[in-house]
Amino acid sequence: MVTATALEAELLELAGAVPDPELPVLTLRELGVLRAVHVHGTDAVEVDLTPTYTGCPAIEAMSVDIERVLRAHGIREVTVRTVLTPAWSTDDITPEGREKLREFGIAPPRVRHDSDPVPLTLGPTRTHRTDTGTGADAGTEPVRCPHCGSADTELLSRFSSTACKALRRCLACREPFDHFKEL
Amino acid sequence: MTATGPATVPVTAALALGDDALVLSHRLGEWAGHAPVLEEEVALANIALDLLGQARVLLSLAGDEDELAYLREERAFRNLQLVEQPNGDFAHTIARQLYFSTYQHLLYAELATGDGPFAPLAAKAVKEVAYHRDHAEQWTLRLGDGTETSHERMRRACDALWRFTGEMFQPVEGLDADWAALEARWLESVTDVLGRAGLTVPEGPRTGAWSAGAGRQGLHTEPFGRMLAEMQHLHRSHPGATW
Repeated sequence: MVTATALEAELLELAGAVPDPELPVLTLRELGVLRAVHVHGTDAVEVDLTPTYTGCPAIEAMSVDIERVLRAHGIREVTVRTVLTPAWSTDDITPEGREKLREFGIAPPRVRHDSDPVPLTLGPTRTHRTDTGTGADAGTEPVRCPHCGSADTELLSRFSSTACKALRRCLACREPFDHFKEL
Repeated sequence: MTATGPATVPVTAALALGDDALVLSHRLGEWAGHAPVLEEEVALANIALDLLGQARVLLSLAGDEDELAYLREERAFRNLQLVEQPNGDFAHTIARQLYFSTYQHLLYAELATGDGPFAPLAAKAVKEVAYHRDHAEQWTLRLGDGTETSHERMRRACDALWRFTGEMFQPVEGLDADWAALEARWLESVTDVLGRAGLTVPEGPRTGAWSAGAGRQGLHTEPFGRMLAEMQHLHRSHPGATW
């Protein structure tokens, strides 16, 4: 986007303000799934969108929402392309996005510093206190309860309400909560 | 869904990888409403959804995803025989997951590093599959090192599916991978997990002249035809239907 024109920057901002269909507290910009807007000619626009998970069904709703917003802004032809490269990572969620997730009751993903495939660590089925997350190891930083902030939480299930979340429980306040898994 | 990629895609390889993902996704989806606990209901469905997403991208590289999924005959499918095996009990499903997700994770990690036509999808999916592999490994430990019954069921499942694991390492046309090294890493990993679970590595052959090795050539086991009939009948009964 280094070569983006003023119009492209404006349209990117508009499309980026569209709320995520599943987590409406986040915008697509905060989720980090909007990659680029290219303007062709006077009123044709191509938008590059990347899925969080390959099979995420929300991508179709996102595309429709982006098309609607840009058409309402006077763009005649809007094409939303799904791009896979570079692959989306939870590191693409902005700091304000993470804060909004926490306020919404979802523990945000911990920041990973390495986007390569990571080795798996085997541990007890129910892990707590010192566990380092599931599957894609995210370091030793604990997953904190989004309600009371305690680091004393345990994993209940690796897959929760959607593929991108795990189900955990806080051992301090006893509340169950979703954790946006590191990807 | 559209996916960007180089214009020349090896169709045989796209079908092999895409059919593995599609068929296993369908099998896992059969657990909906039947899983032993709610968390597993959700976990298996989420794993199935990941695989379905991968299948859509891969089959779209080879042609029209719906036509390929719903209108091909059994002999045109190129999936491994392992993934078409019926769910059996929960232990069977976990053994199938252990064998397959270990393979898929290792293969995608290798494909992700190159600049071949499957690198973009592999780079994305390898992170999803890491969670599938972790899920299977944790359950293998829990069942193998659990009660007498769970141990016995897990042992039986690992033994029963062992003969379908040799096929995974037969070279696929258009896939640039070091198959021998992949197989060595797979064996090492599975041996390690089974050992930690208090299970022994099955002793039987990993291929049989009459069965394993044939899925990639379009030869499938008997249960696959019935699975396809169920998967395809709605689309075939109402061609072009929308709602």
